[in-house]
Amino acid sequence: MNAPAQESLVEYRLVRWHLFAAGAALLVSMVAGFEYSLQFLGFFPHPGNELASPGHLRLMHTNLAAYGWLVNGFTAMMYYVVPRLTGKRIWSRKVGMLIFFTWQFILLATIVGFLYGKCQAIEWGETPTGFRPGSFDLNWIPVDSLVVLGAVLLISQFMVPLFKARHQKFYVTLWYFTAGLVWLALTYLMGNIVPEWVLPGAAGAAVTGLFIHDLVGLYVTPMGWGLMYFFVPLILRKPIWSHSLSVIGFWALAFFYPLGGVHHFLLSPIPDYVEFGAITTTIAIEIVVTTVVVNFFMTLRGKWGALRTSMPIRWFYAGAIMYFLTCLQCSFQVTWTFQKIIHFTDWVVGHAHMIMFGTFTFWLFGTIDWLWPRVTGREWHSDKLRSWHFWLSTVGIATMFVDLTAAGLIHGFMQKDLNDWMDIITASVPFWWVRTFAGGMMLTGFLCMFYNMIATARSNVLYEEEKHLVPAQAE
Amino acid sequence: MEKFYTLFFVAGIGCFAVAAVLSMVFPWMTLGHYHGMDYQTMEDLAAHPSAEFRELAESYPAEFQAAYGEVSPASYAQALRLGRDLYVGQACWHCHSQYVREVSNEAQRFGPVSTAQEYQNALNQPHLWGTRRVGPDLSREHGKRTNDWHIAHLLNPKNVVPTSVMPAYPYYFDEHGAPTERGFALVSYLQWLGTTWRAEEEVQP
Repeated sequence: MNAPAQESLVEYRLVRWHLFAAGAALLVSMVAGFEYSLQFLGFFPHPGNELASPGHLRLMHTNLAAYGWLVNGFTAMMYYVVPRLTGKRIWSRKVGMLIFFTWQFILLATIVGFLYGKCQAIEWGETPTGFRPGSFDLNWIPVDSLVVLGAVLLISQFMVPLFKARHQKFYVTLWYFTAGLVWLALTYLMGNIVPEWVLPGAAGAAVTGLFIHDLVGLYVTPMGWGLMYFFVPLILRKPIWSHSLSVIGFWALAFFYPLGGVHHFLLSPIPDYVEFGAITTTIAIEIVVTTVVVNFFMTLRGKWGALRTSMPIRWFYAGAIMYFLTCLQCSFQVTWTFQKIIHFTDWVVGHAHMIMFGTFTFWLFGTIDWLWPRVTGREWHSDKLRSWHFWLSTVGIATMFVDLTAAGLIHGFMQKDLNDWMDIITASVPFWWVRTFAGGMMLTGFLCMFYNMIATARSNVLYEEEKHLVPAQAE
Repeated sequence: MEKFYTLFFVAGIGCFAVAAVLSMVFPWMTLGHYHGMDYQTMEDLAAHPSAEFRELAESYPAEFQAAYGEVSPASYAQALRLGRDLYVGQACWHCHSQYVREVSNEAQRFGPVSTAQEYQNALNQPHLWGTRRVGPDLSREHGKRTNDWHIAHLLNPKNVVPTSVMPAYPYYFDEHGAPTERGFALVSYLQWLGTTWRAEEEVQP
């Protein structure tokens, strides 16, 4: 296939819109998270304000990161990638606009819902149901139902080109996208319906645990690896090292990953045999992860210089290193031995930030770094700001991870040793200062990027592809 | 292996279904049938208004009368339901857990280890176990502290715990510090937590 034909397949406007919406959502999410962290230091900026209370900001922080930043970002990326890999256009541009506006309305309604205390008691799925708990009496905009509508449209949008290409052999990226879109629909329906209306208490907890896990493992992870398999060979101008390892990585993820869901509620009233199953499969995932990470680093072999010359490659591989570390950590922390101490502590918060920010957000930053000049047709406004963004984010997340892990261990052992609860809090406060500082670095870094995105879109320096190619013979 | 239908049906639907059966249906069958646990509806839970709820009505007769009328199963149910909604909406459950584990000396610190049976009710649908403890676990909160303590604490946690990092909730109280409808609800809900716990031998079928 020649390049011009590919270019005309892509709806550039939709890519631009979703990327910008993603950035705006991340900005709100990070500001909310930063303000929330100030509560722990006694410097919350507006105490006594019911609407923007710390609890409401906490809900906005996680939900906007997931449904605002990641979903918008991955959708933009898929608008670019899927038509190129299938050779087919998306379903419809008009549906694309409908999806865009539906999705931003969902985010807006979710924010307003949170501010007014509407929330569903399902972690990572707090988007208001709009019904009184356990019943169908309407008392709010049913955001959950809109998410289902938005997700069905979104999935159809990309399933159409994938289905049209059903006689082709798919490239690795499309394995992840096809399965990931099915998983997204099933996960969201299961997680928001079963514990709310079907299974109460402990049996429901097994489902909410599975939901937290599947949302990350069966939507975010497939989208993330899909984009890595697409962009890394494209930028390095060489194929992925081993096709066999790609096959193992994909099928082992599909099989093992969803089995680990209950590990979010270990040592709980959920039956032990279910917990053991979750622990075993979670450790198995580590083997999968290793194969995939090895595959990517072997691909980079001979092209190490790209880490210096190509900003997206730097983001991608920094994210891959953190992905490996988080998963390695996970295979230990999932055991009962570790759970005794670290569950309920800041250790888990550090873990969550490392995977959601350090890995998937890094990969989307890399994607934006690569896509934004191409979809706006303008050169990056400032290379210095791109560099600042990378280093502030990297140093910030590394600091936050080490800090929160240490805080978690101290909290966990003090709790086990029956220290007075307030002594635990007092011991945690210095760590929370460092956490806020690290978060401030990450936020500043992102402000650099967001400003850079806007300035780039408004600049008049046209983008030239030739200047940015990684040399083919750099070995 | 690399075609659309395999990816859609085997990886997409198949792998998801296997996992759903193993980690959703099995625990449900174990917990639902094997233990023979009865589900408690809102009416069951509120059938006998708690001593703390009655005491709130006696301490703040005018305010309570205006918000809830008389102490009755219906008004108690209304307060518990609203109290839970506030607890969910303010994300209390993201800093306070609601289950006691059998490790880390938690039984000594908080009270009896949690059982599956105590969550089999309308106010635990969905459950509020939480995954983080900035503040202590609340699943044994029933009767541990007085209503007055809770009111002083919610008005401003530093009133009773000087080094607390918990936010204040002054908007659940009127200008004299008396609870409003929402203040009564939250205190009633907190005082309810843990009342459904039964010793293991009492719940065996």
